[in-house]
Amino acid sequence: MGIVSPGFRGRRRDAGVKLPPGQYLVRDFPVLSAGPTPRVPLDRWEFVITTEDGQQRRWSWSDLLALPSETPTVDLHCVTKWSKLATNWQGVSLDLLLAGVETAAGFTLVRSYGGYTTNLPIGDLRNGQAWIAYRYDGGDLPPEHGGPARLLVPHLYFWKSAKWVRGIQLRLDDEPGFWESAGYHNYGDPWREQRYQGD
Amino acid sequence: MARAAVPGRLGDRRLTWQPARLLESRAENAGARSLVFAVPGWPGHLPGQHTDVRLTAPDGYSTERSYSLAAPAAGDRIELTVQRLPDGEVSPYLTDVLGVGEEVEIRGPVGGWFVWRPADNGPVLLAAGGSGIVPLMAMIRARRLAANRSPFRLVYSLRTPADQYYAGELREPAPGDNGVKVTYIYSRAAPPGWARPPGRLMAADLAAAGWPAQAAPACFVCGPTGFVEAAADILVGLGHDPGRIKTERFGPSGG
Amino acid sequence: MTEQYLDGNALAGPLSEIFAMDVTVAVGRCANCRLTGPVAGLRLYYRAPGLVARCPGCDSVMLRLVRGPAAAWLDMSGTAALRIPVPPEP
Repeated sequence: MGIVSPGFRGRRRDAGVKLPPGQYLVRDFPVLSAGPTPRVPLDRWEFVITTEDGQQRRWSWSDLLALPSETPTVDLHCVTKWSKLATNWQGVSLDLLLAGVETAAGFTLVRSYGGYTTNLPIGDLRNGQAWIAYRYDGGDLPPEHGGPARLLVPHLYFWKSAKWVRGIQLRLDDEPGFWESAGYHNYGDPWREQRYQGD
Repeated sequence: MARAAVPGRLGDRRLTWQPARLLESRAENAGARSLVFAVPGWPGHLPGQHTDVRLTAPDGYSTERSYSLAAPAAGDRIELTVQRLPDGEVSPYLTDVLGVGEEVEIRGPVGGWFVWRPADNGPVLLAAGGSGIVPLMAMIRARRLAANRSPFRLVYSLRTPADQYYAGELREPAPGDNGVKVTYIYSRAAPPGWARPPGRLMAADLAAAGWPAQAAPACFVCGPTGFVEAAADILVGLGHDPGRIKTERFGPSGG
Repeated sequence: MTEQYLDGNALAGPLSEIFAMDVTVAVGRCANCRLTGPVAGLRLYYRAPGLVARCPGCDSVMLRLVRGPAAAWLDMSGTAALRIPVPPEP
């Protein structure tokens, strides 16, 4: 631990609610990004699920908006230690998008416009745990927060909720994504504080 | 097979966090203070370099920020100038809470690219946006200390006159500052009777107050990201060689 | 909207704990587009779980640095080569 500077407390606030270990509560919505914000015209936007055999299911923007949607309220936990509670989203459940996709895949690699990737076991996208979200807090999802649409999978650290999502590849083998191949944990459960590889 | 040795060391050592004890704190204006720290064993530094400052709370929470060195090396004493940001996590602590004799941690000096060396010779253009003046002032002070005669032109962009740092030195230059020409650009409010109406930096400002492209000055541009991009684009547009323009973005807020 | 990146100069501190010399004055070659330039000239995205430095020409990732409690992870697979100058005599 570094030298303690007298009187320094930092910005954090006590939650009054239980947060995952090491997290602190924020009221704003920090914007984190590893690169330039992609600009994707809606008439060219698409979301593609590709199976391990190369079969593809595609949705255009209007296809996505025509699907039944849900309005989950979820807590967000970022590996950089901020947590934001009770955030409101609108999006399409991955259960719906994966319904009717024939696959034996155990793993997925999520790809975003701009090149970002992240990986999750396919089970973590199912059973009401994940959405392709296009509205946040009553408005269109802004580009800096991942708009037009992002993956939302709040039970894992927020780096798994890939912004600017463009597709999910279903795989028989696990391929680590952008942060997972640079030292971050392969799974990322905030409640077990799985931040880095080896945690 | 014997291999001939190649001369020249590439580097010295890796750096690590060192304690820095506050010796002195003085106001530059209502929102900014210059802080003098004692860092035992400080190896010296070049004007333009910066340090990283780390604060640790009793529960182990820590955070870091970068601050440019404001003055040339003086033994174990280093100087930083910190702007108090209203929502800042670190800057209000440094300007308002840290007391003389108390410690923070520092890593440095770092950043060997954005530096001016007295041996460089030739004309120099300094373009400062707000708190971007700090590393450029280190260059002006180093020039004075080295009794260097390279002609410097500083274009200092500010919101209002009250936002200025180093007012004493820049407005009443020391004899060693002969050859440093300072032009102020006010973006929000100018002094009464000021010829140039308030507004952001434009090509005409740098054309008038800077060097012509043929002078091939070394250009140093520092400040918030928006200022740096605008100033650098203007300089390229005026014909300056992009390879002679060095930039240091401070991020949106600068601290 | 101005993108939120700093100059690669801001990498000097974090890399100073790994390298014995100032890597920001080294000249790097992008593995993607082969543009060469000082590491100080890279575009550093710092509001992220790690530091990501991109080529100013093609935006390709040239360097990633993640600092955890047990290790620092440095990925420079996007940098094809580095030319590290011998510093001038003081």
